Amino acid sequence: MTVAPKREDYDVVVIGAGPAGLAAAATSAEAGLSTLLLDENIGPGGQVFRAIASTPVTERNQLGEDYWVGADLVESLRASNAEVIHRATVWSLDRNLDIAVSIGGASAFVKAKRVILATGALERPFPIPGWTLPGVMTAGAAQTMLKSSALVPDGRTVIAGQGPLLWLLAAQILRLGGRIDRILDTTERGNYFAALPHAFAFLTSPYFAKGLSMMREVKAKVQVVSGVTELAASGDGQLASVSYVAGGKRETIAADLLLLHQGVVPNVNLAMSAGVEHRWDELQLCWSPVLDASGNSSVTGIAIAGDGAGIGGANAAVVRGRIAARAAVEALAPPAAAKLKPMATLRAELAKAERGRVFLDTLFRPAPQFRIPSGDTIVCRCEEVTAKDVLDSVAIGATGPNQLKAYRRTGMGPCQGRLCGLTVTELMAQARGKTPQEIGYYRLRAPVKPITLAELAAVPKSEADIKAVVRG
Amino acid sequence: MTQNVDAIVVGGGIHGCSTTLHLCLAGLKPVLIEKDYAGRHASGVNAGGVRQLARHIPEIPLSIRSMGIWEKIKDLLDDDCSFESYGQVLVAENEEELAVCRARVAELNALGFTHEELIDGAELRRLVPAVADTCPGGVVSRRDGAANPAQTTTAFRRKAQQLGATVREGVAATNIRYSDGLWYVDVGTETFAAPVLVNAAGAWAGKIAAALGEPVPVETVAPMLMITSRVPHFIDPVVILRGRKLSFKQFSNGTVLIGGGHLATPYQDRNETVLDWKSLAVSARTVFELFPIMRDATIMRAWAGIEAKMKDDIPVFGPSSRHKGLYHQFGFSLHGFQLGPGAGAVMAELIVNGGTQTRIGDLGIDRFHPTTL
Repeated sequence: MTVAPKREDYDVVVIGAGPAGLAAAATSAEAGLSTLLLDENIGPGGQVFRAIASTPVTERNQLGEDYWVGADLVESLRASNAEVIHRATVWSLDRNLDIAVSIGGASAFVKAKRVILATGALERPFPIPGWTLPGVMTAGAAQTMLKSSALVPDGRTVIAGQGPLLWLLAAQILRLGGRIDRILDTTERGNYFAALPHAFAFLTSPYFAKGLSMMREVKAKVQVVSGVTELAASGDGQLASVSYVAGGKRETIAADLLLLHQGVVPNVNLAMSAGVEHRWDELQLCWSPVLDASGNSSVTGIAIAGDGAGIGGANAAVVRGRIAARAAVEALAPPAAAKLKPMATLRAELAKAERGRVFLDTLFRPAPQFRIPSGDTIVCRCEEVTAKDVLDSVAIGATGPNQLKAYRRTGMGPCQGRLCGLTVTELMAQARGKTPQEIGYYRLRAPVKPITLAELAAVPKSEADIKAVVRG
Repeated sequence: MTQNVDAIVVGGGIHGCSTTLHLCLAGLKPVLIEKDYAGRHASGVNAGGVRQLARHIPEIPLSIRSMGIWEKIKDLLDDDCSFESYGQVLVAENEEELAVCRARVAELNALGFTHEELIDGAELRRLVPAVADTCPGGVVSRRDGAANPAQTTTAFRRKAQQLGATVREGVAATNIRYSDGLWYVDVGTETFAAPVLVNAAGAWAGKIAAALGEPVPVETVAPMLMITSRVPHFIDPVVILRGRKLSFKQFSNGTVLIGGGHLATPYQDRNETVLDWKSLAVSARTVFELFPIMRDATIMRAWAGIEAKMKDDIPVFGPSSRHKGLYHQFGFSLHGFQLGPGAGAVMAELIVNGGTQTRIGDLGIDRFHPTTL
């Protein structure tokens, strides 16, 4: 069934129904603002609460209690008057707050007084030799299958990388009876010392006890190799083995499935294409939007909440969603803000939810050799451009990612740089002796997600066209 | 400290880069100043059409001069610029449009130009098999083609630099002034001085001209383009329509570029444009009707480059009518890319020899200002 937006204009349009978007839309609608929530998935939840309303997994402890928090958020959204459309892909947003959205193969245009972007995070690219082989996938993709279809790996499975999500996925796979042969932990040894000064905040954060027990649970069942400093996948047209170096010793193991993960980074494509200013985050090693304390971006009327505003996790995302929505209510319907939670309370909740984040960011800061590849390792999967190709282009005058497009078409394929952008920025920065901030990022263009020519051809004609026909 | 050079070129589009290169070839030491980077705006993001077809008559001699350079572009730049020459075809969608085409070709022939050739329906379908059966013919310019605009502009900049040009990117030219026979321009903390100043600043050139006392009727526009996913090879020449706004080109990798001059809103001071999807939808509808094979293709990206459009749609090209040593090269009005190589060569002749064999008389700024020099 195709449901187009009911109106052409809304007070608030929220994009993305993960933790931040669910909270933002519910808050805005409760305050009486006309609110539209657009989400790409078939149901609410985003990544962290994926399939929260439909998952076949019923035993609550298998996905963990944190997952089921999503159900409450969905409940309060449903109790509000927000209009919610799923399978709705926003493919254009501009600084006039004009939004183009594709729903069931047909595009519609809506205009908002305020836009709250809650487009979440993407997994950081993990460009190692062989990462494009069939049989190598991201841990996030594996988790999607697990949550929405209860599918777990049954072949020889290796998980490599680092970060809280890696351990969560491992635990979830094991609880659902899946197979994991080995975990290769790429956390740099030096990070433990670097993170130490931030440990106290983390010890008092809700993540600490949960994280520790999850790691224990996994380590009891799977061989974990720590201090992995090199990693490569190989095989002839299909993954056959994974080789790695740990403690100076190289080892190769046979594998059918390699799951890679080294953290998540903000999904910036829609915000950047709308002209929102971003800056390089030297700790999280990614682009983050420049925002004020209420989540307002450099483009008037566009606020960003959730991991798209800088990685903070699900608890922080919920609060950031409420803050951004409250700010919208304060601007559009000040009296209605009185019945919402005060801003000071929300900010205190956010500070609490963000406790321990610096510790995690420092501990799980990915090592350079896993972010900045060399030689024949593929950087841009869409156009099959290697690290050496990029360096060769730098040598003959390519100065940044946008100039590189003219030499190698990097970032011009279907993924619009989602899988290569960070790698290209860091690789060029290193080659040219500049900072990533100086090197910059791809200028991103709508459609942020591709649409068919037939769909664009079928959009309703503008009023001027219709008038011309009537007159003609 | 002021650095003395032979010429200062403001603007690193294809025109500024080409003029800089040709000045180097003539033995001069120019400096090229670009506020962003070479090819950042229209020159790097246009449709890449290398087109003599359907040009305004005053710019045809310059276009023909340019075509000769395009055909040997690799010898000039050590870079093939992805130039290919499968012709450009103007499609008439009905008999009335074909009659206009017939009159146009006759007019050109009378003036001695033979590059445009009237074709019937059979030849049209031989050149463009995918075109709708209802189209009765059109015009072809067989030597025309297309190139990669960013690659080309970058190649001109690179070659100029190799031949000794000084290039400053990422810093704007400011405080342009004339004193004792020399033009002075500040570039960040540096100052350059030269007897010659070339205003090739694209969308920013009108302001420079006005500040120097030569205002012209120019506006900033941002023509939109969009590109599709790869589709099986089905067309070689560039196709443009007589009656509707559409240009159409399939690249060797299968992607198809759709343009035609629908405009985005430019925000020149921010280097930004806001696309008008309802106009792009009009282009999509035209393609949908004319090329059924394209209906399942996917739109990957749309964009617009910022450039200058003159009220009379032809460029401002040649010496200033007020100031000695000042030359204008801007206002190419959505069709300057093909002219870049030739315009640079001619501009270098004007600067070095004081004249050129290529007929450019109707393009001068004196069409707006009677000469006072």
